[in-house]
Order: sequence, then C-alpha cells, then structure tokens
Amino acid sequence: MTEIIVVTSGKGGVGKTTTSASLSCGLARRGKKVAVIDFDIGLRNLDLVMGCERRVVYDFVNVIHGDCTLKQALIKDKRLDSLFILAASQTRDKDALSVEGVKKVLDELTEDGFDYIICDSPAGIEKGAHLAMYFADRAIVVVNPEVSSVRDSDRILGLLASKTQKAEKGEGSVKEHLLLTRYSPRRVAAGEMMSVDDVKEILGIDVIGVIPESPDVLSASNAGTPVILQENSDAARAYEDAVGRLLGETIPLRFLEEPKKGFFARVFGG
Amino acid sequence: MGLLAFFKRQPKTASIAKERLRIIVAQERSQRGGPDYLPLLRRELLEVIRKYVNVDPDAIVVTVEKEDGHEVLELSVALPEKNAQPAG
Repeated sequence: MTEIIVVTSGKGGVGKTTTSASLSCGLARRGKKVAVIDFDIGLRNLDLVMGCERRVVYDFVNVIHGDCTLKQALIKDKRLDSLFILAASQTRDKDALSVEGVKKVLDELTEDGFDYIICDSPAGIEKGAHLAMYFADRAIVVVNPEVSSVRDSDRILGLLASKTQKAEKGEGSVKEHLLLTRYSPRRVAAGEMMSVDDVKEILGIDVIGVIPESPDVLSASNAGTPVILQENSDAARAYEDAVGRLLGETIPLRFLEEPKKGFFARVFGG
Repeated sequence: MGLLAFFKRQPKTASIAKERLRIIVAQERSQRGGPDYLPLLRRELLEVIRKYVNVDPDAIVVTVEKEDGHEVLELSVALPEKNAQPAG
C-alpha cells in the first residue's frame, strides 16, 4: 500500500526541504520505494538539496500537462536505487497545479508500487501548500521552537483537519506528527528556548523527531547530500530515529540534553 | 557563556513565549471553522452598540454553534455596570 506523507509547516525556512530529503533517503535506505515531490511551484529547491539539480529535464507540471511521461520526469537518485525525485516547475503560473493533475500523478505513483510518496510543501497557506496536503495520509509538521513557527503550525493543523480529502469526504483524519528542528538543548536548559514538551503541549500532537541545531545541516545542503547520509552527525542520527518512528518503531528521543562539558569549558565558556 | 553570563541572569523568555502562544493559539482555535464574516460582523456590531452604550471591545462575543443540524448565531454583550453614557 502506498502512503502519502506531506512535510509542511506554514512558516518558511524551518527545514521542510531538509526534512523531506532526509526522510525520503532514510526510507529508501531501508528498502522502501520512495518518490519525493517538490510542490514549491516557481521556486525549485529540493533538487539542490538532493544534489540532482543538473539532471532535471522534466518537472511536475510537465507531467501534469502531458509534455512527458511520469517515468521520464522522475529522477533516479544516484545513491539509493529505490529513491526518485520529481522536481518543481519554475513556471510563474500559479494555476499550473490542479487537484485533478496532482491526483493523476499520485495515482500513477501508487499504481507503480511506490511505498511512500513524500510531498515537500511550499511555505504559506496558499494553493501549493493546500495541494501538497490535500491527498495526504499523514503529515509531518516541521516546527522551530520559536513563537511564529509554532503559531503558523497551528494554522496548518487547522487546515489539515478541514481542507484535506480525508476531512472533506469524512474518511477519517490525516495523522499528524510534530518534528522539531534547530533544537538547542543548551538554550532550552538556559530557559531561552521552548522545550519539546512546551511545543508539544501547545500544539497537542505527538513528536516524531527532534533534530538538534547542527552545522551539518548547512554543509549537507552545500554538498547536495541529504544530512541523514552524513556520518557521525547528531542531526543524521536524529533523522534516522524519525524514520524508524515513521515505520512504527518505538525509539526514545535523544539529543534533548546538552553534552556534558569539562570544568574549564564551563568556567571559561566554550 | 562563562563567568560573566553566570552572574548576569537572563529573564526566562521561553516561559514568556509559551504563555503568549498558549493564549493566542487558544483564541485562534476558537475562531477556526467559523464563517469568514464573523470578525467583520463582530466589528460592525461593536460600532452600532457603541453608539448607545459604551462597551468594552472585549465585551462582545459572537459565536456560531452547530446544534442538531442547524446553526445558531449567538451574540453576547456584557454591558457596563453603571448606566454608561453614549460614546462620542
């Protein structure tokens, strides 16, 4: 069975594309057949983070318009055999995506036996974000522990509960998960940043992952290698844990506390 | 960090953030799902009522409740304790 997962947030710049890239790699690395789709029409980004920007020939809108087949547009990942990327179109036409067009592509991916379809949502609550979530079975809401991100996420939760196919047809609800990014245990301990529990309590949904603030995220996107593939990286381990939880494993949260510093580091700062 | 930061205690902004969010999220959730015209309706009603009674902007609550397949528009106005003078 195919599961459609939307990675969404409302606010921009919180790590949706980083998360989409890492989760799809993580699922593919565990043998799942995965398609990851960039819904940010006009602003193509996922291809860069995945490192396949020079291999984009056809995009999502080309498939919908029938300019090419889905097979021609899917970019096969060079690292993982069962991972495919569908790039966003760079058209400025806001109406390039339609409910019917998106449904056609998702149906075809389902027929082709994909296990997971990851929909990388654009920021905001406009059409692109609406279409990215419309057919979802599950939603991963990416949140920074920061006031505007949390508030926007709550708006998104409202939309997930009312503006999706499941909600409109009364076919149950989209399963919602919270994924915190840019988490700084040191700042949480100092009372400068809301904790996982604070955010969880405000939004009222379960936590699927907490990604610690890490320089590895930037170096990974610089290199076009999703951060989950980096070795010896806490951010990679945290994403790998999230993949496990997505697959139903029970894994305790880690990286919630600051690593202990030595005496000199504590006194003189580090 | 280090010695200087230890003596110069920072206010705990995380708890301020949490409290502010708790209030705004609860307020926004209560308005969610209602018709889009509710905020405007509420504002115009407030203007009309204020021609006669000087009520607080918070004194008017407009809600739509679903009951047995029909919707009820409920308007509640808390009047000031004394007989207030018309505003303006």
